[in-house]
Amino acid sequence: MTKMPIKYYLFFTLPTLIAFVISFFIPFLLGIYLSFTEFTTVTNSQWVGVSNYIHAFTDNNNFLNATVFTVKFAVVSVVLINVFAFSLALLLTRKIRGTNIFRTVFFMPNLIGGIILGYIWLLIINGILINFGVDITFSAQYGFWGLIVVINWQMVGYMMIIYVAGILGISPELYEAAKIDSANSWQILRHITIPLVMPAITICTFLTLANSFKLFDQNLALTAGAPARASSMMALDIFNTFYGSMGYEGVGQAKAVIFFLFVAIMVLLQLRLSRSREVEI
Amino acid sequence: MSKKLWTLFSMLLVSAMLLAACGGATPAAPEATEVMTAAPEGGELYFLNFKPEVAETYQKIADAYKAETGVTLKVNTAAAGTYEQTLKSEIAKSDAPVLFQINGPRGYSDWADYTADLKDTELYKHLSDKSLAVTSGDGVYGLPYVVEGYGIIYNNAIMEKYFATDGAKATSMAEINNFAKLKEVAEDMTAKKDDLGIDGVFCATSLKPGEDWRWQTHLVDVPIFYEIRDNNLDIKNPDDFLETKFQYAENYKNIFDLYINNSTTEPTLLGSKSVDDSMAEFALGQCAMVQNGNWAWGQISGVDGNIVKAEDVAFLPIYTGMPGEEKQSINVGTENFFSINSQASPEKQKLAADFIYWLFSSPTGKAFVTNDLKFIAPFDTFAENEKPTDPLAKSLLSYMSNPDLYNTQWVFVVFPSQTFKDNFGAALLQYAQGNMEWDAVKQTFIDQWKIEAAK
Repeated sequence: MTKMPIKYYLFFTLPTLIAFVISFFIPFLLGIYLSFTEFTTVTNSQWVGVSNYIHAFTDNNNFLNATVFTVKFAVVSVVLINVFAFSLALLLTRKIRGTNIFRTVFFMPNLIGGIILGYIWLLIINGILINFGVDITFSAQYGFWGLIVVINWQMVGYMMIIYVAGILGISPELYEAAKIDSANSWQILRHITIPLVMPAITICTFLTLANSFKLFDQNLALTAGAPARASSMMALDIFNTFYGSMGYEGVGQAKAVIFFLFVAIMVLLQLRLSRSREVEI
Repeated sequence: MSKKLWTLFSMLLVSAMLLAACGGATPAAPEATEVMTAAPEGGELYFLNFKPEVAETYQKIADAYKAETGVTLKVNTAAAGTYEQTLKSEIAKSDAPVLFQINGPRGYSDWADYTADLKDTELYKHLSDKSLAVTSGDGVYGLPYVVEGYGIIYNNAIMEKYFATDGAKATSMAEINNFAKLKEVAEDMTAKKDDLGIDGVFCATSLKPGEDWRWQTHLVDVPIFYEIRDNNLDIKNPDDFLETKFQYAENYKNIFDLYINNSTTEPTLLGSKSVDDSMAEFALGQCAMVQNGNWAWGQISGVDGNIVKAEDVAFLPIYTGMPGEEKQSINVGTENFFSINSQASPEKQKLAADFIYWLFSSPTGKAFVTNDLKFIAPFDTFAENEKPTDPLAKSLLSYMSNPDLYNTQWVFVVFPSQTFKDNFGAALLQYAQGNMEWDAVKQTFIDQWKIEAAK
């Protein structure tokens, strides 16, 4: 294959690169700078050093509580979403009728935006809870499980599609060979399917982990942190800090930088762990 | 040949669709009523509006103003409860709002770098009571443009029905002039609610986050007003307000308990109720009393299936059990002060000053203010017959002009921050749900005030 001249590389990647720099890279650097300042609007700021970071942790313990809540939420949702998605993918890669329709139907919830989804589920959950004389703001536990339900409903279909693609990529000869060696379904799953689907598992775990940590729209619509910020996740807490009090915008920015580092480290660790288990065939 | 043509055609189609999608995307910023982007010959003025309920009226005003003066008025409205954050984002732009609002002395201290001195403007000269303006030293930085009031709005038709029942605790609204009487009447009405055909005396106490401003701001204004009065504090001096004792917390509890225990809704379900829900309940005749202000008339009359008649609606003062409250009026004041952006060019600042003067002095402008915006404007350019005629405005004006009653003015303009109010509202919700004791709520109020005031 002949090498393309450089100008073709640039022609195709430059627009996206420019968009990326303007809408992501520059605000990101600006944000890091602003996290060390006190500012009212993004154009007038005064340097204050690390005091924003200190305030981030001492401000009413909101950030620590939000972090604990978010970590618990991420652990539960990553496990549940991947288990459901993988099971559905296994089911829908068999030779039964209508698998295409099922796959489409399971994927459709992913198309609904986060805020609308949150409000609709709020109505549904309150409708159920009213029979017990409470509503979702009664306890952070209700908010927690409400959010789990919402994110599962939204993400399972998407992950299922990725798993389906992974499973379909496994050559049927391997299954035949396994059957000849009289392996049962469980052994096939453990020793053939899962190792060969590892790249898909890597991707799905990465996506669910990142999405769970970054969750904002559904959190805002479903609980808005009620009661008393107990069900607010990290993104919502950062948002509230930024807009809650004058003079605390820098603190909100500092929390955002900490948030970025936290999620980045978590995700990089996870990627390394999964990658090491991938099997080449 | 035709294959190449098809390819070219479909590529053009795709790029056209992409461009259309980008161009047609709705802005994420505040709900914009039409944004006029053409370069205007008469100049352009950007106003950031605080009141969503009159957003459409401002569009009509903009059209009229352009017809009369050739100046284009661009109005953006912030969604309820998001004014501060919208202003924060908008003011950093190169096309920043020239005319905006602050909510009083607290708002002024937050936005001091952006508020111009208004003492030489035409409109300030017509302000009836100059002490209402937001001042600092010699300068005037906020012009109040509407006088509003809130209290307990009641439906007289239901009240009359109650007064006609056997063993009614009162026979007319005039007899209900203190908390003890109000409590007796409310509890008796709750016992007889099936006969009266209502679901509860008070409409739902909306404690949903973002919808609880009636309780964490308006209602708590009453005990704090008394605290300021009895401790001789000066609301224009911020140093007086670094802490609070919340000494009349029991009085707040009196009225709050009355609201949540004699309501259309169980206390544990109040976290999902919004202000719209409450006003709809009132309009549909499901409850007899609701706490809100004169701005709510438009909301009540606009509900589908509204059965409340204009002549049946009036205010009752918010009684909390304070001695001498028989002479207490409803809460009148304002948290709406016009400010002009001092960082904008002098020509634009003049455009802003001219616009607000036009709005409150020209015949067209005054007609809009009285009939469409329904503002009671504190300027001497308004004659007696140029006041709004909706029933709540009339009730408000009659309370204001009654010399025997003292006003519980709007002191919540000294509350530390929105976060403080939100945290207090969250504590009230937990109290209503039975998850928090009242003493803990009182402590939350005191602690949060101290923390937020120090920021």
